[in-house]
Amino acid sequence: MEMMSVYSSLELDRAEGLAIDELIARSQQPIPDPDRWLEEERRPNVLITSVDAVLNWGRRSSVWPVNFGLACCAFEMIATAVSRFDIARFGMELFRASPRQADLMIVSGTLTWKMAPQLKRIYEQMPEPKWVLAMGVCAISGGTFAGSYSVVPGVNRIVPVDVYVPGCPPRPEALLYGIGMLHQKIAKDSIAVKR
Amino acid sequence: MMELKTEPVLINMGPQHPSTHGVFRMRVTFDGEVIVDMEPVVGYLHRGIEKLAEERTYTQVIPLTDRLDYVASMTNNHAYVLAVEKLAGITVPERAEYLRVIMDEMMRISSHLMAVGFLLNDMGAFFTPLMYMFREREKLLDLFEMVCGQRLTYNYMRIGGLSHDIPPEFLPALERFVQEMPHFIDEYDQLLAENEILLARTKGVGVLSRELAINASASGPVLRASGVSWDIRKADPYSVYDRFKFQVPIGTAGDIYDRYWVRIQEMRHSVRILEQAIKGLPSGEVMAKVPPLLRPPQGEAYAHIESPRGELGFYVVSDNSIAPYRLHIRAPTFINLTTLRDLVIGWKLADAVAVFGSIDIVLGEVDR
Amino acid sequence: MTTALSGQEVSRQIGERFPDAVLQSDEAAVVLRGESLLEVAQFLKTTPGLEFDYLASISGVDYLDYLEVVYHLTSMKNNHSLVLKVRCWDRDKPSLPSVVSLWRGADFQEREVYDLVGIAFSGHPNLKRILLWEGFEGHPLRRDYL
Repeated sequence: MEMMSVYSSLELDRAEGLAIDELIARSQQPIPDPDRWLEEERRPNVLITSVDAVLNWGRRSSVWPVNFGLACCAFEMIATAVSRFDIARFGMELFRASPRQADLMIVSGTLTWKMAPQLKRIYEQMPEPKWVLAMGVCAISGGTFAGSYSVVPGVNRIVPVDVYVPGCPPRPEALLYGIGMLHQKIAKDSIAVKR
Repeated sequence: MMELKTEPVLINMGPQHPSTHGVFRMRVTFDGEVIVDMEPVVGYLHRGIEKLAEERTYTQVIPLTDRLDYVASMTNNHAYVLAVEKLAGITVPERAEYLRVIMDEMMRISSHLMAVGFLLNDMGAFFTPLMYMFREREKLLDLFEMVCGQRLTYNYMRIGGLSHDIPPEFLPALERFVQEMPHFIDEYDQLLAENEILLARTKGVGVLSRELAINASASGPVLRASGVSWDIRKADPYSVYDRFKFQVPIGTAGDIYDRYWVRIQEMRHSVRILEQAIKGLPSGEVMAKVPPLLRPPQGEAYAHIESPRGELGFYVVSDNSIAPYRLHIRAPTFINLTTLRDLVIGWKLADAVAVFGSIDIVLGEVDR
Repeated sequence: MTTALSGQEVSRQIGERFPDAVLQSDEAAVVLRGESLLEVAQFLKTTPGLEFDYLASISGVDYLDYLEVVYHLTSMKNNHSLVLKVRCWDRDKPSLPSVVSLWRGADFQEREVYDLVGIAFSGHPNLKRILLWEGFEGHPLRRDYL
């Protein structure tokens, strides 16, 4: 079973293992949730209110998620996307395979430390404006598996999260409610505030 | 003639990929478009279920087993409670056994619908067969919700029986479903079986020979499509499967088309088992007398069942305390993956995706 | 119905061929000496009447005095099954022969036992961690891993 490639698979494995250990060392505290939308001082200027309204309407009416189903919650995400609970009526039926074309990352399922560097990389590859929705208790806090040696206790250790949807797995209606809350959050955004 | 110097290229089909059914990674080495080497990397969903089970009581492990093969949760529950009942010597009442068989077969139909839908999704029929299959699957999930309140991870079976009896509206709804389902399976078969693209991409591709299938401990539709007649429901019947008349479809060539065909035929036979089980359902209670905190005697037991993906086995070791000493899960898809490397070498990238879809893996079970 | 073969009966047959391979045997399982695992497995696979051609499962268990590996074998032809066990008393560098040359299905399962319990299998073509990442310290399924 000899590898014909330039790198040996053991070298590749060791390099990735080092990256994972470094990420564990850096992620001991959760990242605070983005709460700019709560600020009272950022009153938008009168000049840009209509621009804001149109931009926010455009952004929230066609949020394109990136394919990031990890575990069981991915099946409820797929069930939301097919014809019974139709996510296409919100403009979100295009699950993009490439993060460069997506706005929203629905983290559905348990995140393990081995997968965490890939999550960070996909998040960094998404262009602004971008949002993260943590679906299911495993993404919120580790869930049923919290305390295990290889489970990240909550996605907010790695990326900042905008909406949390609890459930194990959450029903498609619950996910749609969470997406509705995300739309309300986007509606309060303004281009006058730097992200 | 000048000889062009080429180098093999290492490409990563990474954990986040639209057609890898979850977080599975393949490091593929290409010479042009042809694959010369492939290394599967798993473990991106390893949650330590076997270690967590050592800290929970026997009944608290049941929700953990749900999340293994999350597409077919009832069969996981069934395998685990079979192992513990074998260890502790508990007999299950007959009504519970019939209901367990009904749940298992409904689960088999639901899981095969999903497997076939995603296989066709990977081959390019983007979402149309999947939408059709999910239409039926939603009806089944409604039936499950009627019984135990959950759509995906049921936690319905208990050691010694079931957690509660079925509601009265369940059986008429199931009978209606069983009457309509054969027409739908015929509809899918008619739409898909003669399709030129499907035949060209699946006939003769990814052939798994009989000897390699047995030697590599493959099980389930992957094994039966290669011509081996081994189904645990017939060879080592558990629960009340020996009372039902059904056939097990066996393939001939071992290619992707045969694995697809075996799954469609298994759905048809599952519907027949459901008809017989509904007719013969006895009355009675659904739970045996089991102490709330079960302490099985010291020893070990291995129980296996035929899950939609293969032979799912649980090996339980007990030391007479309230938690298992060791729980080991024999995951069928983890072992079926042993053959993947041999099946794709020499083929092109598009064939690798199709072969991988036909083995039908679920990462929760591979990584545990 | 798959009959589970009695450990004593099979150990008698093994004992005729390999006199000191069996350490103990009871109704359920046969415990072998670590070094003789490969030849006994070859014998079990090829002898008519036994013909164990299907390896169902390999599990590693940590009993505090010793580490044990349990093999569940099935014969499709004769429809019977057997449980084999091998023990290692060395906790620092435990090692056993690998059965990959007889049953390909042992490939990933032995890697998993190496990863989680720490037993190295000599003769395995690609023995590295499979479920955890390279550089992870310790073997989680041992009883002294916290």
